[in-house]
Amino acid sequence: MSYTAATVQLLSTEGTLVTSDATAEYLPYIEKLTDDQLRDFHRQMVVIRKFDIDAANLQRQGQLAMWIPSLGQEAAQVGSGYAAKPQDHIFPSYREHVIARIRGVDLMRIIEMLRGLSHGGWDPKEHNNFHLYTLVLGSQTLHATGYAMGVLFDGVTGTGNQDTDEAVIVYFGDGATSQGDANEALVFAASYQTPQVFFLQNNHWAISVPVTRQSRTPLYLRPSGFGIPGVQIDGNDVLASYAVTSANLDAARSGGGPRFIEALTYRMGAHTTSDDPTKYRDIDELEFWTKADPITRMEKFLRARGEGDAFFAEIETEANDLAADIRHRTLALGVPDADKMFNHVYTEPHPLMESERTWLENYEAAFEDSAAEGGQA
Amino acid sequence: MSVENLSMAKALNQGLRQAMLDDPKVLLMGEDIGPLGGVFRVTEGLHAEFGDKRVLDTPLAESGIVGTAIGLAMRGYRPVCEIQFDGFIFPAFDQITTQLAKLTSRHEGSLSMPVVIRVPFGGHIGAVEHHQESPEAYFAHTPGLRVVSPSNAHDGYWMIQEAIKSDDPVIFFEPKSRYWPKGDVDTSASGFPLHATRVVREGTEVTLVGYGPMVAMLLQAAEIAAAEGTSVEVIDLRSISPIDYEPIIASVQKTGRLVVAQEAPGFVSVGSEIAATVTERCFYSLEAPVLRVAGFDTPFPPAKLETVYLPDADRILEAVDRAMAY
Repeated sequence: MSYTAATVQLLSTEGTLVTSDATAEYLPYIEKLTDDQLRDFHRQMVVIRKFDIDAANLQRQGQLAMWIPSLGQEAAQVGSGYAAKPQDHIFPSYREHVIARIRGVDLMRIIEMLRGLSHGGWDPKEHNNFHLYTLVLGSQTLHATGYAMGVLFDGVTGTGNQDTDEAVIVYFGDGATSQGDANEALVFAASYQTPQVFFLQNNHWAISVPVTRQSRTPLYLRPSGFGIPGVQIDGNDVLASYAVTSANLDAARSGGGPRFIEALTYRMGAHTTSDDPTKYRDIDELEFWTKADPITRMEKFLRARGEGDAFFAEIETEANDLAADIRHRTLALGVPDADKMFNHVYTEPHPLMESERTWLENYEAAFEDSAAEGGQA
Repeated sequence: MSVENLSMAKALNQGLRQAMLDDPKVLLMGEDIGPLGGVFRVTEGLHAEFGDKRVLDTPLAESGIVGTAIGLAMRGYRPVCEIQFDGFIFPAFDQITTQLAKLTSRHEGSLSMPVVIRVPFGGHIGAVEHHQESPEAYFAHTPGLRVVSPSNAHDGYWMIQEAIKSDDPVIFFEPKSRYWPKGDVDTSASGFPLHATRVVREGTEVTLVGYGPMVAMLLQAAEIAAAEGTSVEVIDLRSISPIDYEPIIASVQKTGRLVVAQEAPGFVSVGSEIAATVTERCFYSLEAPVLRVAGFDTPFPPAKLETVYLPDADRILEAVDRAMAY
């Protein structure tokens, strides 16, 4: 699958704005953007790509257990990430590193997770409502829907005030569309008319299995069977991602019920660093998507608007600085106390946690005692 | 003191109602729990009293029920989910074991998960396949969950309220065979901790431990044993995870013999766990090996065979005799 007649594109691969009947309802969102906002879109994409490549290198150098690349999906993520308002809640899958960054999560938290030091651990309340990564595919779609039900029951949506009304956006991939949970989430969302956007990044590959194995119908059509409007966008077009997500979140916040966006993009790298895409996909496909690269076209767009070399050099420096800082901090990471295992299994006291924690302390202490005795002998 | 004679189904209903009155964040969700009041009528009348936003007749999807309950709990609600029958919990198994049980740990304590999942369980109702199972061991084996089961109406009334007050997820197994027998419920008492084992009959020669539907069977066996001259102590576990061991240990130190009984299959079960722990902690007090009485390690049979499959007073007494013979 690639672009279809239905694909909404606002920024062509040549870096020009697409004006047509199909884009007319979305272009006003772009016209309202300031130059600084447009620069930020580009800056975030460039910076995260450098970070992403460097994190994969850290894995190759033995510093991370695994890396989950987002290479190629920057536009889908940056555009939709900026479309969410501060009061909105974001439920990611596990590849949305740049949205974490946009919402104020230190990228080291993701590095720590993939180094084997945590399972996430940030508090969404203190990170602009950016929830934890979920590694079981599709599970988070139900959490997001339940959360959106709560928003609805709280009466803080659909009041007509876009600055305070809340909505929820949940990310998932083409593989996850086959999961029961993703389908149940669509059922519940439609049933309760939740203020929610389902944001599907169709990157065409679920590890080694092509999207054609997941669906015989374009995925943006699937929600119509649930009674939820769906739209397909060029996910490598940061402006389409921003504008279409903004429009749909606005609709959700206004009491319009759930919406569904399929962003066509491409996983340029491996699924994770454990993967080897050369075993299952054609170079032709990679070439097609290389020409559709999200960063190249945005640079053309900005240069045509008069942006000069200085800006592009500045963000390259910023990207390099961030990558160097991440590398430096990664190499300085220690190992958590073993005690951490027991700390938050339960919120309330639990006898097994206490007895096993005490047992481990005594067990470890016994080694220290015998080492001390050995030292004296 | 205010004592009412209620069935456990009605006691649970009153407990749920009280929890909803006490805390506006408590909401009920499940299949057919609205105007119908649930297939066992445990939620009868609550939809009429509290309305659509507090008593949710959900779409028919167990994973959806638990998954959205998790989201609601993230938002600050205290959802109480009803799974219609024991054998229908498995579509939600992933959300319960990989999400609900682990989210507090994954958030390093910044998020609690006050979700209760009510599950009618066990046999003796003559129902078709998937409607009489005892899946509690799966959940007791999962770190992050609490698992409890009341055995009588009074405990049902209080334990459901304690479970809802807990900031941890609680799997609440309701013994179907005990839904209808009536018992005195003291609604003016102050309740008791959720994880408190209770000695329900004192004795000196053999300790019997069980939970949920098995407690009534143990008391019946104890009555027969007493008539035959054997003094049996009966303990109601009430909490399957964690287990409050002290009353069990104290009892076995006194009697020297322990029989553990359950409807669930015996292999890798709650009874196995208790047998291992009591053996470790009471080795020098034991006069006989700890014996287990359980359902057979087969799928739950067609209903006409359930009385053969399920442990009854005779099977418990057979184990009591074996323990006494050592």
